[in-house]
Amino acid sequence: MLLNPAIMALLLVSLVVVLMLTTAAGFAVQVLRHWDMGSGSELQLNLERRTYLISTLLTWSFAAELVSLLLFIYNAESMSGQFVGAMCATGVLNVNPWGWPALFVKIAVFFSAAVWLALNALDNQGYDYPLVRLKYFLLLPIVPLVISEAYLQLRHFIALQPDVITSCCGSLFSSTAQGVAAEVASLSPVMAAWGLYLSAAAVVLSGLFYLKRRRGSAPFSLIAIAAYLLAVVAVVSLISPYIYEHPHHHCPFCILKSGHGFAGYLLFIPLFGATALALSVGVIAPCARIPSLEAAVKSRGAALTRLSLGLFLLFYLLASWFLLNSSLVMQEVWW
Amino acid sequence: MNFFRRQRYLVDFTLSSLLRRKGKNLGLLLVYTLIVFMLASVMLFTHGLKQEIGKVLQASPEIILQRMEAGRHALISDAYLEKTGELRGVTERRGRLWGYFYDPAVKANYTMMVAEERNLLGTEVIIGNAIARTRGIGPGDYITFRSHDGETYSFIVKGLLDSGTEMFSADLILMSARAWRATFGVAEGWYTDIVLSVSNPREVANIAQKLSRRMPDTRPILKQELLRTYDAIFSWRQGILFVLLAGAIMAFVIFAWDKASGLSAEERREIGILKSIGWETSDVLQMKFWEGAILSLLAFLCGYLLAYLHVFYASATLFEPVLKGWAVLYPAFRLTPVVDGLQLATLFFFSVFPYTVATIIPIWQVAVTDPDAVMR
Amino acid sequence: MHRITLAEVTKVFNQNRPNEYPAIRGISMTIEPGRVTCVKGASGSGKSTLLSLIGCLSRPTAGRIHLGERMISGLPERFLTAIRRHTFGFIFQQFNLIGGLSVVENVVLPAYPLAPDYRTLMDSAQELLARFDLAHKAESQVQWLSGGEAQRTGICRALINDPEILIADEPTANLDSRLSLAFMDQIAQLRHTGKTVLISSHDPLLFDSPVVDSVIELRDGQLLEE
Repeated sequence: MLLNPAIMALLLVSLVVVLMLTTAAGFAVQVLRHWDMGSGSELQLNLERRTYLISTLLTWSFAAELVSLLLFIYNAESMSGQFVGAMCATGVLNVNPWGWPALFVKIAVFFSAAVWLALNALDNQGYDYPLVRLKYFLLLPIVPLVISEAYLQLRHFIALQPDVITSCCGSLFSSTAQGVAAEVASLSPVMAAWGLYLSAAAVVLSGLFYLKRRRGSAPFSLIAIAAYLLAVVAVVSLISPYIYEHPHHHCPFCILKSGHGFAGYLLFIPLFGATALALSVGVIAPCARIPSLEAAVKSRGAALTRLSLGLFLLFYLLASWFLLNSSLVMQEVWW
Repeated sequence: MNFFRRQRYLVDFTLSSLLRRKGKNLGLLLVYTLIVFMLASVMLFTHGLKQEIGKVLQASPEIILQRMEAGRHALISDAYLEKTGELRGVTERRGRLWGYFYDPAVKANYTMMVAEERNLLGTEVIIGNAIARTRGIGPGDYITFRSHDGETYSFIVKGLLDSGTEMFSADLILMSARAWRATFGVAEGWYTDIVLSVSNPREVANIAQKLSRRMPDTRPILKQELLRTYDAIFSWRQGILFVLLAGAIMAFVIFAWDKASGLSAEERREIGILKSIGWETSDVLQMKFWEGAILSLLAFLCGYLLAYLHVFYASATLFEPVLKGWAVLYPAFRLTPVVDGLQLATLFFFSVFPYTVATIIPIWQVAVTDPDAVMR
Repeated sequence: MHRITLAEVTKVFNQNRPNEYPAIRGISMTIEPGRVTCVKGASGSGKSTLLSLIGCLSRPTAGRIHLGERMISGLPERFLTAIRRHTFGFIFQQFNLIGGLSVVENVVLPAYPLAPDYRTLMDSAQELLARFDLAHKAESQVQWLSGGEAQRTGICRALINDPEILIADEPTANLDSRLSLAFMDQIAQLRHTGKTVLISSHDPLLFDSPVVDSVIELRDGQLLEE
């Protein structure tokens, strides 16, 4: 199983990222101990020189992680044909107990990476490296996260045995089974729809409020997280059946197939992007208190918010389009 | 807007810088392109084959039932065909007649098969392109075989098999049932195997189980399993080749590192000058990464294009033996060009990513040159 | 117009290592705007180091440097560079032009990271080249220029971002007397337009020139009282 090029690529990337991050962590500790902006000593000059390197390493690492999440899903989808009982990525992830944890940790790394990158980009706008200590301090918890991601991914890939019969999304996302996935799938579509559109309104309004008043970034981020969760729930319980035109097919991964026009990617990429951006806004907005960053926070905060809202709107429009354009008619049954 | 303008200026300088050192950069570009070419060829070829096989297998029956005797595949009788009768979900069932024929003249194995729908006369055959080529015959010519009892039978070639299916039909000979039974000496009421068509794919496993229980001396072969196995084999073969190429990739990474850190005195001086006239470390870093990006883009495009031409127009002459297997009769087929996102991403991670990572540290080392270095 | 103030500035190379070397030791001085100041001293006296400290090319190990009201000695390279781009123009002893590029390409190079409008940039460059009598050489490769032409290209490059302070490190070391005098004429012109000029040299032709307003002498990294 390990001899699949895509898997080898994913493992290579996660290994390299772990290496780069542990190097960065070592440096982070040095920075936290010795950084002194005012001093002109050689130690300080060396530290400053090295921040360029570490910054570059981390930017590349996190960018690679962002792509790696996408590749992981794409690969699981592609490989589903090699497993008995698997018809989509769900089946592949079900083959051993490491699949789902690997995915969830990867998603956590995705969001952490996006937020750190936003913070780093902001720091570069301040003439006195105002966020340096904060940045490298926040790096330290990300390192074990990345290491565990690499470990889980490795265990998952090693244990991918094609002769193990795996269960398909039908049994995981069915309304009668046990577990979180089933709970979500069996949620009433009406409630899911209410949740989706109410959170949509909330996120858009809070975003616009921040744009106008430059206050309320924390509520915006929190509402965005809620909107993200409700959106995922809605995809499972409400939107997927309409895309498949089958009231009991709830799998959020089968929509990634080409047969459904890659609808999954069209929905998830904007959603994930929007949430990551909204989280970034929540993190950088408090930095407006720092004098050297005030102007940068103003302009960047606005740009990020606008982009986030744009992507959220794209998601909601697409979701609605899928609902309205489907041949599935559930009048009287659901509505 | 300023951001894009700035990138334009940096790219402008990068391009002129690359062109000023054509020799060194051309060498790197060549090696880089070669790496991409090799990796892309492997991926495109295996993917193309997989698609091809998938297409052909689509038309094949869901279940093939074979009788086993002392662990080996044996002929199966009418009685078994009747026993499969009452299973629900089976839309079609029939006995198949096919076998292997060794032709000492060309030391090759043919597959002789009966295709009722072709309505061949007892003396007619339809042969595959590879046989036609190896024996040097065409439609209207005669072809003779020695039957199981030593008799010589002559057949007239009615036509050739469509070259679109050449991958599977290259060594195939189609004949009438009478001719086949005469050649192989198989009596009426006996078949090579039985094929069943099942409309609902989810039922296939159940039906296979029932068949095994009813007729314990048979084994059902599922189309699903075939597809899965091929998928796995091709993935595995690809993987093996990648592992073999790992050495090449490592060499490339070291080469890239070396090129990036082995800057001539002239190049170092240039960076020193840039730093002294107002370029900041991050400007120099960005410029250097643009260098890498331009080289990577060129290498990726050229390598991929060459691989595409190599696989789909030159039939992957360099890799054929490893990836296809070993035989006497090679089908001459053109793979349908197929490009896939996963492929491109994997390729990217095996070529551009290692190159970039290898050059980060050397680039940084030169970018942090002290601005006053030129004055000392 | 900014006055430059140095307070107990020290620069030590290879700190904490056996080959530790203090190039500048406890210098305090002021550079008045709009004047031509010449720093004289033997080689090894720390002239180049002093110039690079003033011109934001390096940071002092100790002490403070003020540009007008703003303290620049504690700034990291990133912002030192930002200030340097707009405030200082450098002319080097070895000319330090990039071979393989033309004169005009060398002249506009300092402006690249600032990404100004292309047309405006080219117009300024052409105007500078005309002012220093290099217009006919705009497209020539710099490696084929004569010493005087190369030096003038260096001056144009130093002026492309319209800095208020010009710093020249041993500018005439590779020029003959005639060209050295021509150089001082150009400096006189620049002073006329209100620029501050700081020159380091051990050539009497320069520090004794009438163009120079004040002379500072360095020995072993310290100021000699005039």
